[in-house]
Amino acid sequence: MAYFGDGATSEGDFHEAMNFAGVWHVPVVFVCQNNQWAISVPLKKQTHSRTIAQKALAYGLPGIQVDGNDVLAVYAATREAVERARAGDGPTLIECVTYRLGVHTTADDPTKYRSDLEVAMWEQKDPLTRFRAYLEKRNLLEEGLEQRVDDEIAEAVRRFEATPPADPLVMFDHAYAELPPDVQAQRDAMAASEPATPARPDATPPTQPGATPMRGQRLTRR
Amino acid sequence: MAKLNMVKALNQALFQEMERDADVLVLGEDVGVDGGVFRVTDDLQRTYGSQRVIDSPLAEAAIIGTAVGMALYGLKPVCEIQFSGFAFQCFHQIENHCARYRMRSQGRFHVPMVIRMPYGGGVRALEHHSESEEQFYAHIPGLKMVIPSGPRNARALLAAAIRDPDPVIFFEAKSLYHAAKEEVPDESEVIAIGRAQVAREGDALTLIAYGAMLRVALEAADVLRDEDGVAVEVIDLLTVSPLDRETLVASVKKTGRAVVVHEAPRSFGPGAEIAASIMDGAFLSLEAPIRRVTAYDVPFVGFAREKANVPDVPRVVSAVRETLAF
Repeated sequence: MAYFGDGATSEGDFHEAMNFAGVWHVPVVFVCQNNQWAISVPLKKQTHSRTIAQKALAYGLPGIQVDGNDVLAVYAATREAVERARAGDGPTLIECVTYRLGVHTTADDPTKYRSDLEVAMWEQKDPLTRFRAYLEKRNLLEEGLEQRVDDEIAEAVRRFEATPPADPLVMFDHAYAELPPDVQAQRDAMAASEPATPARPDATPPTQPGATPMRGQRLTRR
Repeated sequence: MAKLNMVKALNQALFQEMERDADVLVLGEDVGVDGGVFRVTDDLQRTYGSQRVIDSPLAEAAIIGTAVGMALYGLKPVCEIQFSGFAFQCFHQIENHCARYRMRSQGRFHVPMVIRMPYGGGVRALEHHSESEEQFYAHIPGLKMVIPSGPRNARALLAAAIRDPDPVIFFEAKSLYHAAKEEVPDESEVIAIGRAQVAREGDALTLIAYGAMLRVALEAADVLRDEDGVAVEVIDLLTVSPLDRETLVASVKKTGRAVVVHEAPRSFGPGAEIAASIMDGAFLSLEAPIRRVTAYDVPFVGFAREKANVPDVPRVVSAVRETLAF
């Protein structure tokens, strides 16, 4: 399974890959997360096609468009595509239509290119909100599950932030199977000049929950 | 022992390596039924089938991208890019992925693949079919850049490249494909990647070349011996990167002078790196500045003016004489 966004479907490599997969009839599932924004460029400026799914037709593969905010619909479409691949029936392109609610990066300011109204409209369709509503309705939501997930994420972030910085010399460890003599000499020079890196004395404390979000960043509403 | 040209020698290397290791496969445009536009992959598909000798659609990025995936999966793909001038279509796959997976995955994955490309001028071909672009690949950490100069070392270096655990860019000089035949032993041989060879010993000056330029360097050395009575030492680089600085420095410590010959344009080319390495290692032995005989810093000039652009024997002889007279 290969994952990519709507912007990536404008890259030549997307088309080359679809074409190769079609010609060779290989077991691949292409999953496009169409969140409608490639940083500041909306889908209508990315492609003149009505859908991304239809691009599959040109390569002789099935293309499916699915509500990407419907967890079960995505699961069903993916399972069907995976079964097709496993059965030797070749590749599938799945376009999951969703929306990028947050910023692209910390340097991005979505208020420059899209309206709050548009974002608010899509927030109503947030897949987590919808799936929770579904589970609650069917009485399937386990008590305390959300808290456990939040704790797990917080713990992972804490572990990451507590990781001491790596020794700079490790940059030489995986450049080649065996370091060429000149690169070995570069490593030796660094080893001779660089003292062993001390543990970061001014390590920044982990981000506090509820800290002010960046411009355009969306805070979880849970 | 058989007399083979470079095409036959490379073909034999592929046969021997595919026989030796079932993970080796060949992938590229026209490599199967057609045996490659230069026939380097001739008869491989007939012997090993279309699952191991794969005709791909016409798309260089997908050839390299697919091969990177195969290599991550444990196979050893040997890709053919039909002409080195077409490789800019897949340069991002080479630089961004092929060269980096070992580092990116902190050693969990590596990419044991070879990318073969015919390069260079001398066959009166058109644009994108005549250039020398080794400097781009030599500059990329994580890759190795190999250029043989004759049938026997071509076969041995291709075998070494296929067995190498890291990605190797393998340039084949088009002008050498059918240029000469050489005695090649029946048994497979390898030449260590990263080692240059002294092609001819001498004491007056070190002449450094590789690929198609080795023949030019050796002919220039003949002229200098016959007309000037000087013994020029000729070094055949064989591997551009990693550069065998040790052999270069040892030679220049003996001769005190060096001239580098390559077909690629001069500025920021391999000659500059070679000259800097000699300065680093043999500065006090140098009697003259290191000269470079290269193509000029101009875009592709067209085949009618190719001979004026690619280094030839008179230009090399004259650079050596100037260096000796300095």
